[in-house]
Amino acid sequence: MITTQRSMNGGGGGLQSPRSNPPNSSSPYLTVSVTDPAKMGNGVQAYISYKVITKTNFPEYQGPEKIVIRRYTDFVWLRDRLFEKYKGIFIPPLPEKSTVEKFRFSAEFIEMRRQALDTFVNRIALHHELQQSDDLRIFLEADEQTMERARSQETGYFKKKPSDLMQIFRDVQSKVSDVVLGKEKPVEETNPEYEKLKRYIFELEDHLGEAQKHAYRLVKRHRELGQSLAEFGKAIKLLGACEGDALGNAFSELGAKSEMLSIKLQREAHHLLMNFEEPLKDYVRAVQSIKGTIAERANAFRQQCELAETIKLKEIDLNKLRLIRSEKMLDAEHEYEELKADAEDATRRFETIVRLMNEEIVRFQDQKTQDMGLAFHEFAKGQARLSNGIADAWRSLLPKLESLSAS
Amino acid sequence: MMEFENNQGALEEEESQMESLILNDNTNNGGDPLSNGHPLSPPAEIPTSHDHTVNDPLSMTSSPNPNSSFNSFLEPPSYADAVFRSFDDGHNSNNNKIVSTSSASATSSSASSSGEYLKISVTDPQKSQDVVGNSLVPGGGSYVTYLIATWTNLPEFNGTEFSVRRRFKDVVTLSDRLSEAYRGYFIPLRPDKSVVESQVMQKHEFVENRRVALEKYLRKLAEHPVIKRSEELRVFLQVQGKLPLVKTTDVASRMLDGAVKLPKQLFGESVVSAAVDPSEVVQPAKGGRDLLRLFKELRQSVTNDWGGAKPLVVEEDKEFLDKRKKLQDFETELTNVSQQAESLVKAQQDIGETLGQLGLAFVKLTKFESEEAMFNSQKVRAADMKNVATSAVKASRLYRELNAQTVRHLDKLHEYLGVMLAVNNAYADRSNALLTVQTLLSELSNLNSRIEKLEAAASKIFGGDRSRVRKIEELKETMKVTEDAKSCAVKEYERIKENNKNELERLDKERHDDFFGMLKGFVVNQAGYAEKMASVWETVAKETSGYAKSS
Repeated sequence: MITTQRSMNGGGGGLQSPRSNPPNSSSPYLTVSVTDPAKMGNGVQAYISYKVITKTNFPEYQGPEKIVIRRYTDFVWLRDRLFEKYKGIFIPPLPEKSTVEKFRFSAEFIEMRRQALDTFVNRIALHHELQQSDDLRIFLEADEQTMERARSQETGYFKKKPSDLMQIFRDVQSKVSDVVLGKEKPVEETNPEYEKLKRYIFELEDHLGEAQKHAYRLVKRHRELGQSLAEFGKAIKLLGACEGDALGNAFSELGAKSEMLSIKLQREAHHLLMNFEEPLKDYVRAVQSIKGTIAERANAFRQQCELAETIKLKEIDLNKLRLIRSEKMLDAEHEYEELKADAEDATRRFETIVRLMNEEIVRFQDQKTQDMGLAFHEFAKGQARLSNGIADAWRSLLPKLESLSAS
Repeated sequence: MMEFENNQGALEEEESQMESLILNDNTNNGGDPLSNGHPLSPPAEIPTSHDHTVNDPLSMTSSPNPNSSFNSFLEPPSYADAVFRSFDDGHNSNNNKIVSTSSASATSSSASSSGEYLKISVTDPQKSQDVVGNSLVPGGGSYVTYLIATWTNLPEFNGTEFSVRRRFKDVVTLSDRLSEAYRGYFIPLRPDKSVVESQVMQKHEFVENRRVALEKYLRKLAEHPVIKRSEELRVFLQVQGKLPLVKTTDVASRMLDGAVKLPKQLFGESVVSAAVDPSEVVQPAKGGRDLLRLFKELRQSVTNDWGGAKPLVVEEDKEFLDKRKKLQDFETELTNVSQQAESLVKAQQDIGETLGQLGLAFVKLTKFESEEAMFNSQKVRAADMKNVATSAVKASRLYRELNAQTVRHLDKLHEYLGVMLAVNNAYADRSNALLTVQTLLSELSNLNSRIEKLEAAASKIFGGDRSRVRKIEELKETMKVTEDAKSCAVKEYERIKENNKNELERLDKERHDDFFGMLKGFVVNQAGYAEKMASVWETVAKETSGYAKSS
């Protein structure tokens, strides 16, 4: 059902950028591409902006095609909004913010980021629930001022609504009381399967991190080998120049081949980075995103438990009041009903998260097998291509060497 | 010598880890990649574009026993050596093997072609004690001796197999004697004394290094067409007991000689030693003796460089001068190439290591996914991953082998750096001999003018001037002696020039052969291993091609 399609403008590289089928007016589609990175501003304030092109026939959207300009923080805003609204769903991961100044504007970094952002948006566009998000529509269609307003409203702690702040306060309260009462660990689910899943996710992050680290090193090694082949080639050419005759000729030919191969290696290093290392990195980020969802589920569970506790206590109070027929009874009853409604909400929220997570994990595993399969294929293909190139280059030199050595 | 062995231990450890991980893996992975056929079997189904016309050594022979057990891919493809040997015969150097084994051959290709051989091995270092405790150095006069065994059919030697025990000091003596006797030749340089290293390194490591170096040195001597027949070498290799190659001069007596004028210095009148004959002049002036001679020659060389008048004999051989310049350039570039070669080897080693580590990381992931699998997609992924992991480890191994061979081939570069040093020594011999000739010529002209002056002055006095006449007689006597010395020196100079010329021809030929051998070996090596790696990865690419159907 999910097919990949290369767009013209640089989307769809190694990371499997999922795109739904192209314009076929009967079936609904939403296709996005993130392209044309451009540096804006100067000095410390400089940043990269991207062109986001949306093609869709969704009724809520403005038209068949829309182009907007977005920057990295806009994507972050979108991710945060989705994370808040769609608890339980594994929100697609974003590439990291770069902390190293000089790397921030290197061509390679910009391309990697563009690719990752493209994948990010497309995954959202293809997710049957997330694609219906209003925030997504704002992100894809709003003009710059609206976007900026929305973005600045949501920064920092002040983005929390009053009820959220209250919740945070209550969380802190309960944590304190837990400690005071000697309950050290917050309340957790005792579902063994879920335990297994949590452990799996945490361990997976470690393993993947290690693999990704080595993949990145492998990229570097390709570059280094390329570099030393270039220098070796140059040096041997110089040796050939001062040697002269057949032997000098042989040296020169070898040097030239060596330099040529150096270029192949640099190319392969880039291919490896984009088509193998980045997908692995993406995998790591996805797992980290899942950890966020796990935290949300824990929160929801805890809220549910606390409300259940509070209700019990309230019930006792209420019965006491009923017995003594106090005037406070009506108020207390009122509060009790409210609490019960809240508790139902909390339970519903929690159960939604559980249900969604169960669906998401299946989807996630399937998706990752596809993603990794492709990454492995690209890796093997690239290595085979490189090795064949190297073999061909050296082999083609042999007849020349033979004839030169005989002369 | 390029070092690459350092991390082999670590990598092997990683591989044994991997082995145990694979062996413990009991779950039934869907699509065990190994059962799809041994990855190193000839890739008949994979289209490759190369032609096989020239390249017999490169044709992919299949592995001897394609078995599908988990461990098959862990065996290094040992046929690699056989495949690449064709260009390498005669250039193998297995340093640590006793030479009598079939593969290692220390003889140069020229010797083997004429059926002569001179094989040397250096083994069995043993501690020994000075009988007479006259050593000034703390340590009680202990030293190490090595067993030097020779197999030969050269007629100069009486016998075909024999061995002696020698210490490093004996090697130094041998080297010094050869330098004196074979001026103008490209004599291989002996191993360093390594005073600092002997203090700093572990004793057994130092001794082992020295043993290897000694063996290399003696084998190089045995390859030299002239030196291998030298009496000095024969005595060193064959004569039992204390080495009878004695230093020709007693230092103390020479110091005294230095106070005497040059001609007398050459012909007796020295306090302790016997009459010295003209052939002494053919030895270059050395520090500690011949002080006066050194001084004169130094003055001569200054005159040559800064004086207005041209020296009486100059290096005229333009061909020689051109050749020397060319060799200097060659040496410079060779040094550069040798450095780059080391970097290349390091880079190859690094990439191999990282591939191995990547493979290991994926093995762990595979195991993890299989054990924790809750969905079938995980099992599929684990199988894919295992495929990639084992291929990465295989490729890592291939890189390691590639590198071992690369080191062997490119070591030729290092060797020739050593040869260049020997060449420089031979050229120094020539310069020194020329300087001696020039000095003597100056001396002669000096004497001549003094005689003329005296004769002119004496003729003015009627009846002769007794003392002056006696002086003139003396000077004429001295001139005769100096003339003889000069003739000797000229002969020696010519001799050295001839040696230089012959050696240069030999060097050119050998260099041609050696470097072509190196280039071919290097290229065949690179191509061969690249092919193997391509084959490994092509298999994986094929097996994962399903994921790419839409791209």
